[in-house]
Amino acid sequence: MPVRKIKNYAFIGFCTFCALFGLVVLASVLSSLVGKGIAGMGLHVFTELTPGPGSHGGLKNAIVGSLILTGLGILIAAPLGVLAGTWLSESDKSSKTAESLRFLNGMLMSAPSILVGLFVYKVVVVTTGSFSGWAGATALAILALPIIVSTTEEMLRLVPTTLKEAGSGLGASRWRVITQLCYRAAGPGIITGILLSVARITGETAPLLFTALNSNFMSTELDKPMANLPVTIYQYAMSPFQSWNELAWAGALLITVFILIINLLSTALPRWIKARKAAK
Amino acid sequence: MLLTSMPRAMKGDSIFYRLSFTSAILIFLVLIGIILSLIDGGWQALSEFGPGFVFRNIWDPVNSEFGAASAIYGTLVSSLIAIVIAIPVGLGTAIFLAELAPDWISRPISMAIELLAAVPSIIYGMWGLFVFAPWFSEGFQFWALENLVGLPLIGPWFDGPPIGIGLLTAGIILSFMILPIITALTRDALKTIPNVVREAAYGVGATPYEVITRVLLPSIKNAAVGAGILGLGRALGETMAVAFVIGGANRIETSLFMPASSISSTIAQQFNEATNEMHISSLISLGLVLFVLTFIVMGIARLLLRKR
Amino acid sequence: MKLLKSVVMSSMLVAASFSASAKTEVINGAGASFPHPIYAKWAEEYQKETGIRINYQAIGSGGGIRQITAKTVDFGASDAPMDIKELNKEEMIQFPMVMGAIVPVINVPGIESGELKLTGEILADIYMGKIKKWNDERITALNPGIEIPEQAIYVVHRSDGSGTTYNFTDYLSQVSPEWKEKIGRNTDITWPKEATTIGGNGNAGVANFVGRTRGAIGYVEYAYAKQNDLTYTQLDSAEGKFLQPSMETFQAAAANADWKNAPGFELLLNNQPGADSWPMTAATFILMHKDQVNAEKAEQIIDFFEWSYEKGDELAADLDYIPMPETVVNMVENVWKEDLTSNGQTIIE
Repeated sequence: MPVRKIKNYAFIGFCTFCALFGLVVLASVLSSLVGKGIAGMGLHVFTELTPGPGSHGGLKNAIVGSLILTGLGILIAAPLGVLAGTWLSESDKSSKTAESLRFLNGMLMSAPSILVGLFVYKVVVVTTGSFSGWAGATALAILALPIIVSTTEEMLRLVPTTLKEAGSGLGASRWRVITQLCYRAAGPGIITGILLSVARITGETAPLLFTALNSNFMSTELDKPMANLPVTIYQYAMSPFQSWNELAWAGALLITVFILIINLLSTALPRWIKARKAAK
Repeated sequence: MLLTSMPRAMKGDSIFYRLSFTSAILIFLVLIGIILSLIDGGWQALSEFGPGFVFRNIWDPVNSEFGAASAIYGTLVSSLIAIVIAIPVGLGTAIFLAELAPDWISRPISMAIELLAAVPSIIYGMWGLFVFAPWFSEGFQFWALENLVGLPLIGPWFDGPPIGIGLLTAGIILSFMILPIITALTRDALKTIPNVVREAAYGVGATPYEVITRVLLPSIKNAAVGAGILGLGRALGETMAVAFVIGGANRIETSLFMPASSISSTIAQQFNEATNEMHISSLISLGLVLFVLTFIVMGIARLLLRKR
Repeated sequence: MKLLKSVVMSSMLVAASFSASAKTEVINGAGASFPHPIYAKWAEEYQKETGIRINYQAIGSGGGIRQITAKTVDFGASDAPMDIKELNKEEMIQFPMVMGAIVPVINVPGIESGELKLTGEILADIYMGKIKKWNDERITALNPGIEIPEQAIYVVHRSDGSGTTYNFTDYLSQVSPEWKEKIGRNTDITWPKEATTIGGNGNAGVANFVGRTRGAIGYVEYAYAKQNDLTYTQLDSAEGKFLQPSMETFQAAAANADWKNAPGFELLLNNQPGADSWPMTAATFILMHKDQVNAEKAEQIIDFFEWSYEKGDELAADLDYIPMPETVVNMVENVWKEDLTSNGQTIIE
């Protein structure tokens, strides 16, 4: 066999191995997650409040709180992040401002979440004198922002310039070209970015501890401490009590399944949009 | 702006421009806010220990003597291990998904890999502690103790107690966590390359290996390096997963099997219980050090990117 | 984007449908993680009886002190008592709420729970790396008749700052002058390099490492040793008698503590007098401001603590906590009456 072919097969083998490697890790993480989470899973998880140790209960308040915090966080971060990413992608390659903002965005991305929590604690919690859902959502928004910014920029830059030129050539203004042509073309990529950011913030524990705190009760008022899954999971997982441990794993399983569903939707959504357009 | 001369369009453009520019500036403001609050909180420790804080290899809460050296070492080494593993594996996976596998295979695998990013950090920590560490200790570490320790240069890295946790374990867990980011971004980049390019290359009789390494990879080089930087950034700041498996020792050791600590795990683990003001201030200073560290690491990465 | 919006919208709707049931005021407390299970249990039962909601969150003792000082919570909690000067400066009161015990746990092949005898000094020397093997002369001399294998010792400690570490190192400082001088006590310390150390995250992390690492020794709260079926050891009391960790020996330590001569209840319960006092016992404390803005709320908080003292004993014992002795409760009630005020008026009659 010629060397080229051997090299080729070795290369294909390596790439296949890499893909399998990721799958094996995932399978191991998921199987321990499902194995331990299924024991505590059940309808009661969704219908009952977080219990004391040894008592029967669920995670209803934590689930509702987490949905509110994550939803609000993304609602704040997504428009800002997409706009900022757009500005960066539209800016000149040589622009110093864009270059430094891009750099700062990278730094913000690697800022440990606990420091973001501390910052929001100082700015929001201490000023208002109370832990609150708002503070929690703000902290999560700050964590989601840089991921959305950088993926949006990356994806918009990949939109072929011919598309933009075609748009402008038809007499469309620049912002129309961006919102109607580029966003559509880069949409799936931008959604991937937003999803990566959802994935990052749904499991965050440290920043919520200092901002939303947590609550054992149903909490929907945004100016009060708010129940949430990550802090509940952390507190329950580290306890010696089996009933709490089971709920912790069930909660962890729930978060992961939640993201799985969003991921499924994210691949289905662009196809669905295309199909609908074609039908028109 | 070289766009149309229609006034309405101009107005729309300028509003859109201002909106997006304000959003971009927001990144700057938030970051400045965080840094200012860190300087404010860490001032006490910084003025006590001076710039030497970074190089002091001591962390003694009892006697209020603090220095960042061991935490910096732990952060850098664990992140380095993470990208050394995750970049080749992530690229390989992306190539498999985008170039080699048929759609019906690559689609579900793609989803699965992205799901890795969905697993909350604390789950990685607990999985690392309960599942990976015991396996790693019995599998790799005993083997390494028998086969690698005698080797020159790399031998001392593997000379330590086979307890399953430590710097190497932390680095490996980190690599799992950043793998999906690197895979997703490079895969998407590969997919944007027009098919014409591939067809042309295959047309002249090149093998997939040659097409991918000589034609496709060079054209996504920027996206790949960008993905690596993103992954590295994530690894540097990752907290909970590291806290579970790094072993929490504020020392610098040659062996990768020994317990160590990272900046973010030290902050997360000690901040809640710290009562001494100098201790708290030192922890916040550590946060500042992490920012500077990130600044330097990413600066270097960008420099590399520009030169090529 | 659309998808996310709809997710958010629907979650808001779900939230709104629940909000009707969340109108009652909630009392917020935060701090030490050690008493979190029992406070959660008490709060649950108390709500069933009275409808009043007590939300206690484990954010760490240091966090508890900082939050009550900053007045972001209604009461704080800490495992280590606040210094009396500091307490007076911040115009706060503190009182012990419930107690717990710390036990040494080991993983040595062939050795059963409660079999091995250790002394405080030996424990300190193990953690300082001076005793490196389980069949060290000093351990075998103390345990004639027990077959101890030649096995290297791995020392497991908490990698996170914790009240447990604070109390454990306080105990070692009391029994070993060398420990006191070289290492000292704190929520987090520099662990001696001479020993082979493993840091575990939380009690759960320590329990896990001890459970699966051959040759390991660690220290955990009693509940973790019991729930995880870890092998615990005997320990000598301040008067030299070897004791098993049990409710009786924990209670003996609590009963012998000299609370009367501890202004502001600033007292650590390690190494208390009495032949039957388990040497590593610790109380956990509640912190409140003397001057309360909202007298009604303050009264509600005190009512809860009073209820916990009176009716919470059994719940506490079920979860392996030790209730406060009657005499201490009376002292605490006096402090409430004397020190808690609102607009210059006392709150508790």
